[in-house]
Amino acid sequence: MAKITYIESNGAEHVVEAQAGVSVMEAAVRNMVPGIDADCGGACACATCHVYVDPDWLDKTGKRESMEESMLDFAYEPKDNSRLSCQITVTDALDGLVVRLPEQQG
Amino acid sequence: MTETLAIIGAGQAGLSAAASARQEGFEGRIRLIGAEATPPYQRPPLSKAYLKGEFEIDRLHLKPAEFYESADIEMDLGRRIVAIDRDGKTLTDEAGAEIAYDRLIIATGAPPRRLSLPGADAEGVFYLRTLKDSDALRAILDVDGTIVVVGAGYIGLEVAAVARAAGRDVTVLEIADQPLKRVAGPAVSAFFANLHRDEGVDLRLGTGLEEIETTHARVSGVRLTDGSRLPCAAVLVGVGAAPDQGIAADAGLDCDNGVLVDETALTSDPAIWAAGDVANFPSPFYGRRLRLESVPNAIEQGKAAGTNAARAAAGRDPIVYDALPWFWSDQYDVKLQTAGARPPNETPGMAEVIRPGAAGRSFSVWTTLNGALQSVDAINDPAAFLVGKRLIAARGNIDLDALADPSQDLKSLL
Ligand SMILES: Cc1cc2nc3c(=O)[nH]c(=O)nc-3n(C[C@H](O)[C@H](O)[C@H](O)COP(=O)(O)OP(=O)(O)OC[C@H]3O[C@@H](n4cnc5c(N)ncnc54)[C@H](O)[C@@H]3O)c2cc1C
Ligand code: FES
Repeated sequence: MAKITYIESNGAEHVVEAQAGVSVMEAAVRNMVPGIDADCGGACACATCHVYVDPDWLDKTGKRESMEESMLDFAYEPKDNSRLSCQITVTDALDGLVVRLPEQQG
Repeated sequence: MTETLAIIGAGQAGLSAAASARQEGFEGRIRLIGAEATPPYQRPPLSKAYLKGEFEIDRLHLKPAEFYESADIEMDLGRRIVAIDRDGKTLTDEAGAEIAYDRLIIATGAPPRRLSLPGADAEGVFYLRTLKDSDALRAILDVDGTIVVVGAGYIGLEVAAVARAAGRDVTVLEIADQPLKRVAGPAVSAFFANLHRDEGVDLRLGTGLEEIETTHARVSGVRLTDGSRLPCAAVLVGVGAAPDQGIAADAGLDCDNGVLVDETALTSDPAIWAAGDVANFPSPFYGRRLRLESVPNAIEQGKAAGTNAARAAAGRDPIVYDALPWFWSDQYDVKLQTAGARPPNETPGMAEVIRPGAAGRSFSVWTTLNGALQSVDAINDPAAFLVGKRLIAARGNIDLDALADPSQDLKSLL
């Protein structure tokens, strides 16, 4: 289990207990965190699960694959810490993770 | 008195309609009625990660149970509607029980076309639409013997890829001269033909199935249109899907390759909408009718149907469904993403250009009609997919020569 905090663009915080093995996107959907559409269900095909990873956590969340990288290039307001949350797998090491949501998806 | 919005079909479109009606402020009862016993789930993994066994069942659910409670959506699962009485505004289920509605949304999807040839009912013949189908198919992936896939559409090819990865011998039969002929252009078809052959699939084009041979009512082989025979352990049929429009047509709703709706997802009855695989709709963008079988269409058209049912209840004007179609497919390590709707092959005024991608096995096909960009098929090339999506939506004409030049930055086209 890992505690993950999702912060909406309006500042609203959602703290969820995420199960190891699912993605950061799935943990949000299962806990009804608004602002992550995830239309493709995690297939890395839609780019509607964009989040900004808190800079302190960038080492632990790992690197973007090239597919994800190109998708993010065209996301709404991409930044250096942009990730597709369906491509980050929850592990115990991510306990305490903080991600911020963009103003809109796509 | 509170109104009831009934939705037939608890799939991707039905769920989207229910959620959107509530979000739009509908205050009455929302009843989501589904023939399957499972709450709404995603189908794409059924021929991909879930079939491979890389995905547990609870990851398929589209929403957690609390969602239905908090949105006050009544789930009525394992219940099949067999008749719609439009005058009395009641539905009848298999057991003869009646459900009253004020407004209705039909989201019954498109189940697989079934074969009707000798042996088609034998044990070992599979179709793939539901979770149950995928579970049954997964069980045979560990068995010895060839798997014959009938039809080289997306589902057939995705299953072929999973079966190859599981180490099975796979033969794919396709009556057309190319795979994916109905949905893709020649370049994409040829790419997938080569891909599957490279991966060891015995792809037989221009070859159909004549008969399924059986031993003790179990599949033992197939006889092909070229007269040859092939022993096999199982047959997966992927010859397309047909809209589940029976109850709508019986109720006198206009149907023609799907339930006919207008651009607001409304059927020929002002109290009934339809959405998803079952709906045949006029695309304002393409100026022709489309019936799409894709998740994004189910989500967005479901949204339009649910929103408009809520708006009608409140006496407000409807929204128009004009989202750009898109789709994806995963086979081996290849991802196809399609933006827009490709004109049928050989439409006059159609032109296309192939643009090489940045990485090895990547390229994109850009199709125009009288100069206007219609669709982009991107193979391992998400940048082309996303740029294409925006360019199509912008409805501009496009310089195909500039596109074909890989030294031109895609972003400069935006
Ligand atoms: C194996 C597979 C892989 C796919 N892969 C992709 C992909 O990669 N990308 C993509 O975009 N799309 C994909 N699709 C297509 C996508 O899943 C469908 O377009 C989408 O599910 C359509 O949603 P729907 O709600 O219209 O229909 P469905 O999801 O099929 O839901 C319809 C529901 O209605 C129920 N129903 C029917 N009649 C009745 C009745 N009379 N009473 C009560 N209930 C009834 C059915 O049991 C069903 O549960 C795939 C489909 C399959 C089968
Ligand atoms: S959910 Fe579609 S890309 Fe992440």
